[in-house]
Amino acid sequence: MLKRVHFNSSLLPYLLVAPQIIITLVFFIWPASQAVYQSFLIEDAFGLSTEFVWFENFEYLMGDEIYLDSFVRTLFFSAAVAFISMSFALILAGFADRVVRGATAYRTLLIWPYAVAPVLAGALWVFMFNPTLGIFPYFLGFFGYDWNHYLNGNQAMLLVILAAAWKQVAYNFLFYLAAMQAIPKSIIEAGAIDGARPIRRFWTLIFPLVSPTTFFLLVINAVYAFFDTFGIIHAVTQGGPANSTTILVYKVFNDGFVGLDLGGSAAQSVILMLLVIVMTFIQFRYVENKVEY
Amino acid sequence: MVENRPILNVVTHLVLILGVAIVALPIWITFVAATHEETRMLQAPLPLLPGGYFFENFTKTFFGSGLSGSESAPVWRMLLNSMFMALMIAIGKIAISLISAFAIVYFKFPFRMGFFWMIFITLMLPVEVRILPTFEVVADLGLLNSYWGLSIPLIASATATFMFRQVFLTIPDEMLESARIDGAKPLQFFWDILIPLSRTNIAALFVILFIYGWNQYLWPLLITTDTDMTTIVMSIKQMLEAAEQSPQWNIIMMTALLAMLPPVFVVVAMQKLFVKGLTETDK
Amino acid sequence: MASIVLKDLVKDYGKVEVLHHVAGQFEDGEFIVIVGPSGCGKSTLLRMIAGLETVSGGEIYIGDKMVNKLEPADRDIAMVFQNYALYPHMSVRQNMAYGLKLRKLPKEEINKRVEEAAEILEIKDYLDRKPRQLSGGQRQRVAMGRAIVRDPQVFLFDEPLSNLDAKLRVQMRLEIRKLQRRLGVTSIYVTHDQVEAMTLGDRLMVLNGGYVEQFGTPIELYDRPASVFVAGFIGSPAMNFMKAKINSGKIKLPNGTILNSNTQLSADITLGIRPEHVVADAKGALELEVEMFEQLGANTLVHGKLKDSDEPFVASMPGHVSEEPGTLMKFSIAPEALHMFDAKTGKRLEP
Repeated sequence: MLKRVHFNSSLLPYLLVAPQIIITLVFFIWPASQAVYQSFLIEDAFGLSTEFVWFENFEYLMGDEIYLDSFVRTLFFSAAVAFISMSFALILAGFADRVVRGATAYRTLLIWPYAVAPVLAGALWVFMFNPTLGIFPYFLGFFGYDWNHYLNGNQAMLLVILAAAWKQVAYNFLFYLAAMQAIPKSIIEAGAIDGARPIRRFWTLIFPLVSPTTFFLLVINAVYAFFDTFGIIHAVTQGGPANSTTILVYKVFNDGFVGLDLGGSAAQSVILMLLVIVMTFIQFRYVENKVEY
Repeated sequence: MVENRPILNVVTHLVLILGVAIVALPIWITFVAATHEETRMLQAPLPLLPGGYFFENFTKTFFGSGLSGSESAPVWRMLLNSMFMALMIAIGKIAISLISAFAIVYFKFPFRMGFFWMIFITLMLPVEVRILPTFEVVADLGLLNSYWGLSIPLIASATATFMFRQVFLTIPDEMLESARIDGAKPLQFFWDILIPLSRTNIAALFVILFIYGWNQYLWPLLITTDTDMTTIVMSIKQMLEAAEQSPQWNIIMMTALLAMLPPVFVVVAMQKLFVKGLTETDK
Repeated sequence: MASIVLKDLVKDYGKVEVLHHVAGQFEDGEFIVIVGPSGCGKSTLLRMIAGLETVSGGEIYIGDKMVNKLEPADRDIAMVFQNYALYPHMSVRQNMAYGLKLRKLPKEEINKRVEEAAEILEIKDYLDRKPRQLSGGQRQRVAMGRAIVRDPQVFLFDEPLSNLDAKLRVQMRLEIRKLQRRLGVTSIYVTHDQVEAMTLGDRLMVLNGGYVEQFGTPIELYDRPASVFVAGFIGSPAMNFMKAKINSGKIKLPNGTILNSNTQLSADITLGIRPEHVVADAKGALELEVEMFEQLGANTLVHGKLKDSDEPFVASMPGHVSEEPGTLMKFSIAPEALHMFDAKTGKRLEP
């Protein structure tokens, strides 16, 4: 934590941490405490008077079916994004790990979507699935399948899941590949001598050995799906149709900036904050235990 | 590879090529769309092979003011805005994280751990959970529609501080002792020894943070109303909205291509640093 | 150049005292070796002199200046670290010049000093290389060069040879000694290796558990060790010890053997006999049941047990010796080669 030997200085260290601390206080801690404070208030429609109501906003949310639906939807969305992008990445990494020459080339070709902004990813997918012009609806039309995510909530959900998962494949692939390349070759060779065929080796040796990475990625993907997919939703569906793709983060934004329901939006923020704290905690626990597998 | 299985090798490459193709498909379609004229882009089925209008679309997009019929800043201006924002965020984050990690690792002073935990807490407060009040703070400070407003609220960083702390802790104590015997003052030690020793970590972090900064969306969306301050990433959404009236997909997709080019270039060109940055900051 | 005085030096970490009232005076130009097992406090003592550890009690003087509160940079010392602590991003030249640059010496002067030091240490060819391009021995020289260019009053060495292989260690040991003679700079050298200590030091300070066991020349330490600890630590192979009783100068060993001493003491003692001080003698009083021989070429180590007991004993004999295990060998020993220590305190009993 601290070096055994260190400088003694009265003012300098304070000056050094000052920029970080001031920004943290002004733009993080103060707004967050405001959010907590506002979550206890109800403002009338014209913003003329506010009333301190304790947990009424939270109670309201807990009884609000739209909110609870959004909660369940967010969980489903996160699970789907994590499952699709992680399994796709796992398969690709498993094969890429076998490639002796050219592994870096494949890696290069697979990791760049990480650099694409979520909202751009959304734009790309919404273009491909544009009901009148898009490539996919056109081909789906041959099979008699009618695609219109502006009207069909399930299709809209599928589209945002695909766009979000597509962007995250790169990240998962990178970590899976690194984890697999870190497995000592002798373990795999011992498996081969024991007579395990490649696919069996993958499931009985490699997959269990990268399980810490799987757990780590689960947390990371959940955080990603919860918070970083705002741009995708905003570009692709704007939460619609009929709220069918309104995930929690989008709802906070929408209720606050569009609906101007300050107390309700703040209460949702506070719940999200608690979720982040839980996830951060899990992530750090994981880092501590990571060494021993 | 453990043993020789020619069929499996062929399958391996086939699967990987298929994977690459699936991952690349959206970009290919974007690219193709950016190479056709506007009218061609209104007829289904859309083309799957590039056309001959790439440079025309490029000039139209780069120097023109977005879609016809909607007023927006020219794309080069947006690219410049994005570049400023990304650089300010990346450099700002690195700078303040470096010095605060230096203070926390190399000095013993009252409230040291208090500061450490305060920085730690920022990890739990992503922009998305405190948008409204943060917006109010920025508005009260008069920072709306400015580069400062775009960047400063985003440059506090627990992950970068932790990473530098980790890097500093691996530098042997003797380095500091030797420098002290050589007569180095704290800031001389920081500048002459610590910074050069953390060079690759700084570069790796820069790659990650540049992408992070470039791809910011929600925050710029909230605090910029002036078209001159629009970032390229934001403009896509505005164009998509406008597309419902006048779909000029060739221009929209060209803009999308331009918007993803700088960060994608950084990832591909500095792959090693990128991988290092990603694996080091996220744990 | 300067003498160094340690007055009643104490170091504690909270309640734990790790150095207990260390005192000593090091003369100008002397090569002092601080030696002891790991954890004895020798590095702490050195680092206190360097100014890298605070002083809990007592005083340190370099020259006639009390330096307790001075920053390391202001003590006019240079230090060579165990892992060399070379700045990895600087070339050899920059490494050596860094301290001088911080002291704002003129450029020509810095260059001159670096060139001179490089000449002395024969590292002129590597001046523009980075430390990672050098071998262990070369890095060692650079670390010394960094100390030399500063032209300090005192050199401090913290186990500088322990990262080198055995052969290089012997060679560098000699070079350090020659260099110190040539420059005449007061030097303090910390090591756990008693051979290094004996060959390098003008005087040795033996530390054990934070106490100074003995402070003297290598020969004094060898001939008249002040305690069982020093006797066992200095000399190789190590001294043989056994419990014994002395009565009016007659020493009775556990197996009943009687040895004559040149004293008239009567006490319970720990008797010490160096392996190289016994002489094969058909009429000798010491009888050894041989278990094993170690042929070292120039001499032979005889491992065995004193007759009719379980007391292990090692004797060193010149040349090649070979006998069947189980043979009884007889040795004699001169009375003045017997070391007697108080059985309780371990302190030397003078005749």
